[in-house]
Amino acid sequence: MTQSKGGTGLAEAEPTPEQRPTLARDKKDPTFDRSTRRLWPILAAPGTIWLIVLFVVPFYGIFAVAFGQVDFLFNTPIPAWNPLHWQFTLFGEVLHASVDGPFSGVWRRTFGYVFVSLVVCVAVGYPVAYYVARLAGRRRGLLLALILAPWWINYITRMLGWMTILDEKHGYLNSFLEHLGVIDQGVNWLGGYPGVVVLGLVYGYLPFFIVPLYASLDRIDQRLLEASRDLGVGAARTFWHITLPLSRMGLITALVITALPMAGDYYTNQLLSGSPKTNMIGNTIYYYLAQGPQKNVGACLVIQLSLVLLVFMAYYLLLTQRASKEAGR
Amino acid sequence: MSSLTAVDAANAAEAFQTRPRRLTPWRNPWRRPWFLSSITWLYIIWSLVPVAVAVQFSFNAGRSRSFWQGFSFRWYWQDPYSSLVSDKSLQLALRNSLVLGILTVLVSVPIGVLLALGLTRWRSKASAVSNGISLVPLVTPEIVLGSALFLVFTTLFTRIPLGMQAMLLGHVTFSISFILVIVRSRLLSIGPEYEMAARDLGATSIQALRTILVPLLMPAIVASAAITFAGSLDDFVVSSFLYGNAQAITVPIKLYSAARAAPTPALNALATVLLIGSTLALLVAYLVLRGRRKGGSEQALSALASFE
Repeated sequence: MTQSKGGTGLAEAEPTPEQRPTLARDKKDPTFDRSTRRLWPILAAPGTIWLIVLFVVPFYGIFAVAFGQVDFLFNTPIPAWNPLHWQFTLFGEVLHASVDGPFSGVWRRTFGYVFVSLVVCVAVGYPVAYYVARLAGRRRGLLLALILAPWWINYITRMLGWMTILDEKHGYLNSFLEHLGVIDQGVNWLGGYPGVVVLGLVYGYLPFFIVPLYASLDRIDQRLLEASRDLGVGAARTFWHITLPLSRMGLITALVITALPMAGDYYTNQLLSGSPKTNMIGNTIYYYLAQGPQKNVGACLVIQLSLVLLVFMAYYLLLTQRASKEAGR
Repeated sequence: MSSLTAVDAANAAEAFQTRPRRLTPWRNPWRRPWFLSSITWLYIIWSLVPVAVAVQFSFNAGRSRSFWQGFSFRWYWQDPYSSLVSDKSLQLALRNSLVLGILTVLVSVPIGVLLALGLTRWRSKASAVSNGISLVPLVTPEIVLGSALFLVFTTLFTRIPLGMQAMLLGHVTFSISFILVIVRSRLLSIGPEYEMAARDLGATSIQALRTILVPLLMPAIVASAAITFAGSLDDFVVSSFLYGNAQAITVPIKLYSAARAAPTPALNALATVLLIGSTLALLVAYLVLRGRRKGGSEQALSALASFE
């Protein structure tokens, strides 16, 4: 420690190779120093404890409520925190209702809306991401900023705009269609059209789809595409054999990132349709948890939704692991 | 595969010999990609027009949120009863959102930065577990997080009533992971050398942290604070489960609950103010992240979307 002050000669300022490892690696390296080694867990402790108390415990709480009891007098849930006291009768009933009962329609509708929305996302999002990543040239920065803008504009604000456009009496869409003579009187677009809900879902989540896809298309080596074209392969076949396989991981990431919030959405359809005919599973969950008395039914549905989404997540994690292994080879 | 390319190469060579100048548009790899560029521009217009319409109607002179009756500032301050300045419920929402955003930043940024420092250097089995716990919230659907917190505040932590406190705890929970990711990527790019040099020169580990690492991390810390603020302002799902009653209403909740009820363009004015608030916060984050590096602007933009 005194070395820095002690006006040492040049010979000492440059340690011999034998000296340097002991100085730098064993004693002063922040990862190996004994006193510092204790510092890192202390720094990580507040965040870890916070997430255990307010993320892990609440997540466990869903199970405790779903498999717990109900106070018959007040109709409030009595969570079973001890897994030995878990009862699965209600969960079984709710599962039955989901597969082949009153909830089956809402599940089917949820998957239907999400599937159609994802197809539209691929059809619109892939060309856009491809153009911005590979062909935009000097406009790229501007385009990237414009594509990212909706990412950070409040979701509900973006839906307010659509409510104005689709309004029955004076909305821009009806005015336009009346002007063209397609319709005689205003269509109540906000009155329960599944197509409008899908439009809202696509509009809401397409930015989240485009960005990861953009990132993976951006990483493709231009020389691979040029080599393919130089060897005389057409544009379509180059795309099919080179670009698409190389962007596969980005495409899957984009699909997962978009599908997760879409499957749990309960506000888009409320704003753009408001009709029970277009309810999704998120509406049912929100109803049972926040409004209805049977919170444990809601908890059972959350577990079922998580399980369905977990299958996608596991598939995705498997693919990323395989991809990173291949990259490491 | 190889035979196919050979045939194609022969075809290409033939095409080149017979028609040296005239390539059909489809064959020309240097043609302007007018199809893709028009899809892209149409998409961008489509994605931004509804936002522009929402802002436009905040300046409507009439009461309607769909029929344009001329430009005015009526719904910002001129209307004596239901403008943004005179309607108490709108101001309450705005104040709650601001307070919640600021408190979320103040609580979550220190926790997140310390977590990033700890998890980057700490190597053990426990740190792997901690790392896993910290990253799972990023891939948890918001409805699952919202309902989990709702159930735990109504059954286990019953001392904390639904409302501002519960919302604060919820917002901090989903913010920590984002801060961790942003700060850690910066930390990894700095590397351990500066810190080692400080230790070699006699600084204690805490001194090295305070005088070397924290200043170097400052851009990431400021950016993550701004992103956290914007994220808290914009949050709808977690707040909708935890707000409890009308006293703790935030701007997105107000927009949602009033949108289909009896809305005036004051609602659009509220949305516009929210838009300005989060845009300013993100502009700060963008400028700080971009720094003075060449080509930093695209990196900064991608960091804002947190897909790194």
